Amino acid sequence: MTATVAAADARSIRRIAFSQRVSHWDFKLSPYLYISPFFIIFGVVGLFPLLYTAWVSVHEWHLIGGQGDFVGLDNFAFVLGQSQFWIALRNTFSIFLFSAVPQVVVALVIAAVLDQNLRGKTFWRMGVLLPYIVAPVAVVLIFSNMFGDQYGLVNNALGSIGIDPIGWHSDVIPSHLAIATMVNFRWTGYTALILLAGMQAIPRDYYEAATIDGAGKVRQFFSITVPQLRPTLIFVIVTSTIGGLQIFDEPRLYDQFGQGGADNQWMTITIYLYNLGWGQLDFGRAAAVAWLLFLIIVLIGLINLAITRRIAGSGDAAKVSRRARKEVTK
Amino acid sequence: MRTSRTIAAVAGVASLALVATGCAGGSGDSGSADGDVTLTVATFNEFGYTDELLQKYMDENPGVTITHNRAATSNDARDNFFTKLGAGSGLSDVEAVEVDWFAEMMQYSDRLADLSDPELDGRWVDFKTAAATDADGRLVAYGTDIGPEAVCYRSDLFAEAGLPTDRAEVAALLEGDWDTYFDAGRDYTEATGKPWFDSAGATYQGLVNQIEYAYEEEDGTIIATENPDVEAAYEATVEASADLSAGLGQWSDDWLAGLANGAFATMLCPGWMLGVISGNAPEVDGWDVANVFPGGGGNWGGSYLTVPAQGENVEEATKLAAWLTAPEQQLAAFESAGTFPSQTETYTDEVLTGATDEYFNDAPIGEIFIERSEAIEVSPYKSVKYFPINDAMQRALTRVDVEGQDPETSWNQWVSDVEALG
Repeated sequence: MTATVAAADARSIRRIAFSQRVSHWDFKLSPYLYISPFFIIFGVVGLFPLLYTAWVSVHEWHLIGGQGDFVGLDNFAFVLGQSQFWIALRNTFSIFLFSAVPQVVVALVIAAVLDQNLRGKTFWRMGVLLPYIVAPVAVVLIFSNMFGDQYGLVNNALGSIGIDPIGWHSDVIPSHLAIATMVNFRWTGYTALILLAGMQAIPRDYYEAATIDGAGKVRQFFSITVPQLRPTLIFVIVTSTIGGLQIFDEPRLYDQFGQGGADNQWMTITIYLYNLGWGQLDFGRAAAVAWLLFLIIVLIGLINLAITRRIAGSGDAAKVSRRARKEVTK
Repeated sequence: MRTSRTIAAVAGVASLALVATGCAGGSGDSGSADGDVTLTVATFNEFGYTDELLQKYMDENPGVTITHNRAATSNDARDNFFTKLGAGSGLSDVEAVEVDWFAEMMQYSDRLADLSDPELDGRWVDFKTAAATDADGRLVAYGTDIGPEAVCYRSDLFAEAGLPTDRAEVAALLEGDWDTYFDAGRDYTEATGKPWFDSAGATYQGLVNQIEYAYEEEDGTIIATENPDVEAAYEATVEASADLSAGLGQWSDDWLAGLANGAFATMLCPGWMLGVISGNAPEVDGWDVANVFPGGGGNWGGSYLTVPAQGENVEEATKLAAWLTAPEQQLAAFESAGTFPSQTETYTDEVLTGATDEYFNDAPIGEIFIERSEAIEVSPYKSVKYFPINDAMQRALTRVDVEGQDPETSWNQWVSDVEALG
C-alpha cells in the first residue's frame, strides 16, 4: 500500500520547472521562428501588395484623386472588352516565344561547348556573361537606334546585300524580332551559365558508358545531357516565362513615346497596364490588368512545368515502370 | 569562456552604437536657415536654361546649388509629373509644365504652391496669367515662353530645286494658306523627288493650333470626333503627306538624323524648335527661317514653371522660378535656344527686337517671331482631355504617314480610342 501511495506521491510531487517548460516551447516553436523572417518579408512585400492590388481592382481608383466607389468586376469587364488588351496579349506571347525558345536552345548549345575542356575556360565563361552586365536601358537605346527604319545600321547592312529595308518600328513581327533580339542578347549568357552548372553536376560515368556503347556526341547530348538537366531546365524555363510575360524595359524604350507603337505593334501587357495607370490615371483598371497578368503567368507556368517534365525524360521513367509492373504481374 | 564573453560584450556595445546613430536622425543640412540648399529644376526638350545661366543664379545667391534635370519630351515630363504628384513625393523643386497638359494639371492645383506675388503683376501677357490662376484665385504657375510659329527651310535644298533662297522671297512664296504651302511643296517634290516636310504629325500640329475649339467645348463636352474642322485638318494633312512627307515621326531617332542629313526641305518652326535644330544638326549650315506661316499665324507650345507644394524648399524654389521667368533671363534663354518670351516687357527690349541667330544664317529671329506672334489670331481652348486626344491623333497620323496604314481605318481607330478615354 505504501509502495503505491509512494508511487502516486512521486508522480504528483514531480513538478515541472518553468525552465523545463521554456525549453519545451523552444523545442516546439523555434523551427517556425527560424523560418519566419522569410514569410514575414514575403507577407509584407509579396502577399500584401497582391491582395491590395485585388482591392484596388474592384474600386474606381484615380492616380491622384484616390479611392472611389466599389464597382465589383466592372474594371475586369472593361479591360477584357478592350481590343487593346487582346492585342497586348498577342504581342506579349509573340515576343515571349521569340525570345524564350531561341534563348534556351542557344544557351544549351553554348553550355555544351563551355562544358568541354577548353583553354582559358574561366575567360570564356565570364565572357559569356558580359551582355548581362550592361544596363538594360543602354542596350535598348543602342539597339533601337541600330534598328532604325530609315537610318539604322541593320537596314544599312541589309541594303548592302540587296534586301529591302525592313520596317523594324512599323511592322508587327519585325518589331517583335528586334525586341526579342535585345532580350536574347541580355539573357542568353546568363541562361548558358545556369545550364552549365547543371551540366557539371552530371556524373561523367554516364558519358564514358555511352562512349563505350558507341554513342556519338550528338546522341549523348540528347539522351544523357538533356534528360539529366531536367531540374535545371524547369528552373530556366519557368523563370524565363515569368520574366518574358512581364517584359517592360525593352518595349518602353523602343521608340520615343514608349506606348508600344502608334498601332500597338509591340505594346505588351505591362505597357498597357502602365498606360492605363499612369497615362489615363486610372488605377482601378490598371490593377485589373495586373491581376489578369498574374493569373495568366500562373497558368502558363503550370503548362510549362508539365511540358518540361515530358520533354526532359520523365516519360521514359514512366514507360519503364509500366513495363516492369507488367513483368511482375506475369 | 572569457574570450566569448568579451566578444559578446563588444558585439553588444557595437550594436547599441549602431542603433544610437540610426536614431540620432535627420537634423542634417537641408532646411537649416544659413545652410546650403540644393534646388532641382525639371524641364523637358530645350528651355534655353544653360549651365551658365544657372551658374549666374548660384553666384548671386551663395549657398544655393541648382541641379537641372531634362526630360527628352513633354510626354515623359507629363508621365513623371503625374506619377510623383500622385505618390506625394519625388517631384523637383521647380517643375516645368507644357500648355497642352496644363489644363489637366490645373485640376490638382491644390498640390502646387501659391506663387501669387503683387510685384510680378503685369509681367506676362494676360492669357498666360489667366490660364495659370485657379478657381480660388491662386496663381500657381509662372509663364516661360510661347511658341509663335514660322517656317524653317533648307536654303541649299531650295537652291537645288530652283526655288528662291532669300528669306523675304521665300516668305512671299509661302504667303497664304495651307494650300499655298502644299502647292509649293508639290513643285519642290516634282523638281527633286525629295520630301517637302518631316511628318504628317508636325504639319497637323500647325493646323490644329489654328482651331479655337478643336476637341472640347467650354462646358466639358468632347466634340473631337464630330468636329468638321478636325476632320478637315486630318484629311488635308493626310492627303498632302502622301506626296510630301518624309515619314519621320517627330522626336524619333530617324527624325533627329533627318534634321542633319537633309531628309526634308521645310519644317514648321515655333521659336523653341530653333534650339532643337541647331543642337541636333550642328554641322549643317543650310538651315534658315522665313517670316511666314500658312494661315497667317499659329502658336505651338509654351510652358510654365510650377512649384509643387510637396517640396522641401518651397520659398527658395519660388524665388528661383520668379528669377528664371524674369524678362532678362527669358531673353538669355531666347538667345541660346530661341524660346520666345511671354513677358510683355521684352517685346520692346532691344535684345529681342535686334536678336539674330548665327546658325540660321544671321536671321533676325527677334523681329520674325514678334511679327509671327502678332499674326496669331486664335488662342486654342485646351482643357483636361486635350493632351490624350491629341496624342491619340498623333498616333493615328503616324500609322498613316510612317507605317502606311489606310487613312480611313486609322481615323476609325482614333475615334474608338477617343471613346475609350471617356
